[in-house]
Amino acid sequence: MAQTLFEKIWSRHVVMMLPDLPAEASAQAGGTAILYIDRHLVHEVTSPQAFEGLRLSKRTVRRPELTFATMDHNVPTVDRMVIRDPISKAQIEALEANCREFGVTLYDLKSDKQGIVHIIGPELGLTLPGLTMVCGDSHTSTHGAFGALAFGIGTSEVEHVLATQCLPQQKAKTLKVEFTGRPKPPVSAKDLILKLIGTIGTAGGTGYVLEYCGEAILALSMEARMTICNMSIEAGARAGLVAPDDTTFEYIARGQRPFAPQGKALDGAIARWRTLPSDPGARYDRELTINAAEIAPQVTWGTSPGMVADVTGRVPQPGDVPGYSRSDVEQALAYMGLVPGTLITDIAVATVFIGSCTNARIEDLRIAAGILKGRKVAKGVRVLVVPGSQQVRAQAQAEGLDRVFTTAGCEWRESGCSMCLGMNPDQLKPGERCASTSNRNFEGRQGKGGRTHLVSPHMAAATAVAGHFVDIRRWPEHGS
Amino acid sequence: MTPFRSHRGKLAVVDRANIDTDAIIPKQHLKSIARTGFGAHLFSDWRYASDGTPNPEFALNQPTFAGASILVARNNFGCGSSREHAVWAIQQGGFQAVIAPWQDRNGTRVPAFADIFRNNANKNALLTVELSAPEVEEIVQMAGRYAGLEATVDLDHQRVTLHLPEEMAFHFEIDAAVKERLVHGIDDIGITLEHEAAITAFEARHDPQRPRASA
Repeated sequence: MAQTLFEKIWSRHVVMMLPDLPAEASAQAGGTAILYIDRHLVHEVTSPQAFEGLRLSKRTVRRPELTFATMDHNVPTVDRMVIRDPISKAQIEALEANCREFGVTLYDLKSDKQGIVHIIGPELGLTLPGLTMVCGDSHTSTHGAFGALAFGIGTSEVEHVLATQCLPQQKAKTLKVEFTGRPKPPVSAKDLILKLIGTIGTAGGTGYVLEYCGEAILALSMEARMTICNMSIEAGARAGLVAPDDTTFEYIARGQRPFAPQGKALDGAIARWRTLPSDPGARYDRELTINAAEIAPQVTWGTSPGMVADVTGRVPQPGDVPGYSRSDVEQALAYMGLVPGTLITDIAVATVFIGSCTNARIEDLRIAAGILKGRKVAKGVRVLVVPGSQQVRAQAQAEGLDRVFTTAGCEWRESGCSMCLGMNPDQLKPGERCASTSNRNFEGRQGKGGRTHLVSPHMAAATAVAGHFVDIRRWPEHGS
Repeated sequence: MTPFRSHRGKLAVVDRANIDTDAIIPKQHLKSIARTGFGAHLFSDWRYASDGTPNPEFALNQPTFAGASILVARNNFGCGSSREHAVWAIQQGGFQAVIAPWQDRNGTRVPAFADIFRNNANKNALLTVELSAPEVEEIVQMAGRYAGLEATVDLDHQRVTLHLPEEMAFHFEIDAAVKERLVHGIDDIGITLEHEAAITAFEARHDPQRPRASA
């Protein structure tokens, strides 16, 4: 029978179906499977209680060689070796101690491979097609760009995977998202995913695994596919998938990926990976088509990622927003300090954040630098550029991007999650407005009272120069 | 895990949709390495003014909701970050169940709770109750009209009962496997480990594309 990519990965990882459930349950949802996990990524925020759970129940890590850790959320991005917050420091030290005790490989602050967990997985070759991957972090969906089934889990589940290398799971439904046509540069992957979230809503993908396909997806780089899969969770879906293809294999073969197969082993792996894409005629539970050629640069105006508009649009009237009640929109606009009818391009920002697991890979920094080169950041605007990993940082410096950023007036930082969620000192002040390449515009996400507008790296860089949102399609280098 | 069968307690309404886990437990409180101590920080950005005093506007600071143990909110509750701290904070803030509505969006039923939050809730025996939007609206109305309104959330019978002068009851659906685990307080890890032999056998035939020697 024709299978989807998701079904192929799923069926190859079912250890067994749990027999101890009422018959009614098995009939209702296809039962609960014990699903085998090939890679478990760990960070400092969601793991300490899981390791403690192991100690309390005298359990061990079943497969430490399939488990990899780094620290990213609490990391200072100015001087990374000086962690002033004693509680952050304790959390980082706890991860070091836990990794030592349980034999887990750790990329710590001294490592030249440290970075945001979802950036370093692909860099190191830990992320490969056909794998199952989990991490105590909702943006684990990022790794789906390689055709790996990757999803975020809570701390109890982290403990479960540490102890058993498995998770009890019910099979998700499938939603095929086809992007037809090609986006017109500088419209990018970020605009595609924001458009999707605006279309189906932030819970539209709840219960589903999304498979992204179509001409627009095929044409995207791995970095861009990661941006799309990363924000599947903002559409409610725990996982997003892109079928592996030559773009995927070329990325894995390129550069230093110490954990990826090489030489003959890689050839063999590629031959197997070619069997992963969904079969012709495979059935999905839902299907959706979006014309990528018609998508404009997107800017969020509210406090939910689905509250999004074309850059040419206006802040909407409460009551005019599909999927949100009048009071949802009123609350959001009050928090954001915005008046309905305001042109998006009339919104000025105080801060620009270029970073996060959504948009802090080398390609994102090249895009931002390309726009900032020869230009200056608008007066009074603070711009933080935070590379996703130490490897991205080193590569950017080798290409001279850091000098482009600093010459333009940006701050060039060390790698980490930084202002995406402000667990480290990088935070917005109350009322401070920010154009951000990150993934969540929730109230208080980037700092209590902070006002976040989600945009692409192109839009963030252009906003830094203009001081307010601009339709970057009108800039000279883009032709019109 | 403590079993959940039935709970009677006071209702509290936080009348918002899309309540995300950043709102439930803001990031500055995620630095603890313990599993306790989160209750005081539940909804802290909403609950407290910047000087740390309680914000009288916020629902849970209103005297009528003091001591509540059943939380009522709108659709897409628990979206966002995977942080299980959100579930711990809700429980340690005194709540044993959360009620929220599913939504109809262009003919598709959109679940009331975000996937990861619901999983986390199940692992901790915080009951998530999904009702229709009109039913939740009715509960919100009644909680507004009758100060201190109590309800019983009965998992065995899959029923929420409002203890009004004339009782009002709502049936809710729940996955049978999830119910089974909650009712018996089953330790999930224990179940999986009972199948140790099956896991070992699977590992013998399964290629996890094992990472190469240490890098």
